Amino acid sequence: MLLANKVVLITGATRGIGRATSRLFAQHGAHVVLTGRSQDQLNAVQAEIAEEVPDARLSHLALDVSSPESVRDAFLQLFKLTRRLDVLLSNAGVLDDALIGMVTPDQIRRVFDTNTYGVLFCAQYASRLMARGDGGSIINIASIIGVNGNLGQAVYAGSKAAVIGITKSLSKELAPANIRVNAIAPGFIDTDMARSIGPEKFAERVASIKMGRAGTPEEVAKVALFLASDLSSYVTGQTIGVDGGMLI
Amino acid sequence: MSDNNDKLHQVFADSLNIDRKRITDSLGYNTIPEWDSVAHMALIAALENDFDIMLDTDDIVDMSSVAKAREILSKYDVQF
Repeated sequence: MLLANKVVLITGATRGIGRATSRLFAQHGAHVVLTGRSQDQLNAVQAEIAEEVPDARLSHLALDVSSPESVRDAFLQLFKLTRRLDVLLSNAGVLDDALIGMVTPDQIRRVFDTNTYGVLFCAQYASRLMARGDGGSIINIASIIGVNGNLGQAVYAGSKAAVIGITKSLSKELAPANIRVNAIAPGFIDTDMARSIGPEKFAERVASIKMGRAGTPEEVAKVALFLASDLSSYVTGQTIGVDGGMLI
Repeated sequence: MSDNNDKLHQVFADSLNIDRKRITDSLGYNTIPEWDSVAHMALIAALENDFDIMLDTDDIVDMSSVAKAREILSKYDVQF
């Protein structure tokens, strides 16, 4: 039980890495607050995790991280619900790839609104709640694409590279309040988002991974557990790759 | 002075580390060396804790004086 009595908020909790992390954190005794845009999906995922982890402490809140008003409302509700926050996993993200000559302004805004601005909006409120307690841990999901870049992914790469810069800056700013801030840079993880690129590209990507397979959301969740727990009590400002030796 | 007004002045004095006598309605952000951006965030944390509220980011930025702080806290059902 690495997270007993900890309150954790997870964005993008209904699918992929967010869902896997929600389940693992619940198994480790956290009170997990699932968030996402779809109330129906949140209800369904909460019910599934409750069945898988019978003692789980679960709540959910509707949250669109791209909207500052939605973030404010969700954190105000969280404050009323729990009065505290120990861990934030900023996981909500979108992928919308195109060659640079074909990227529209709307695509750029949409990707940055969720992947980058959402991380900032959530960190603002989360850090204040954490500072009122004993501190906490903020974990931002970046990407190997944000570290190395990739053709056709300038927008996504920019949005995720920004997350790494945000992580490093916040780690310095929030350390005096005992708030650690780290990022995870997943490689190619077998999620709905990864499958959305189609079977041919999926196979191409797997071929570029030294371990010869895509990662699983659970493998990312385990690193998130390390960063959320006291196992990483002196780790801050880091970006940890979870990529099976992927080459880009 | 109401209890909450008294509490407000004490929070300002403690957070900015200045004498209570210097706390007036017109005391403004960045008008004294003690009320800089770092102290402002400490002040916000103290106000949130002592009045058991969570402030909107816009209100944190708008909290430019003691009088303004009272006006903003009133929006969160703090009675003066």
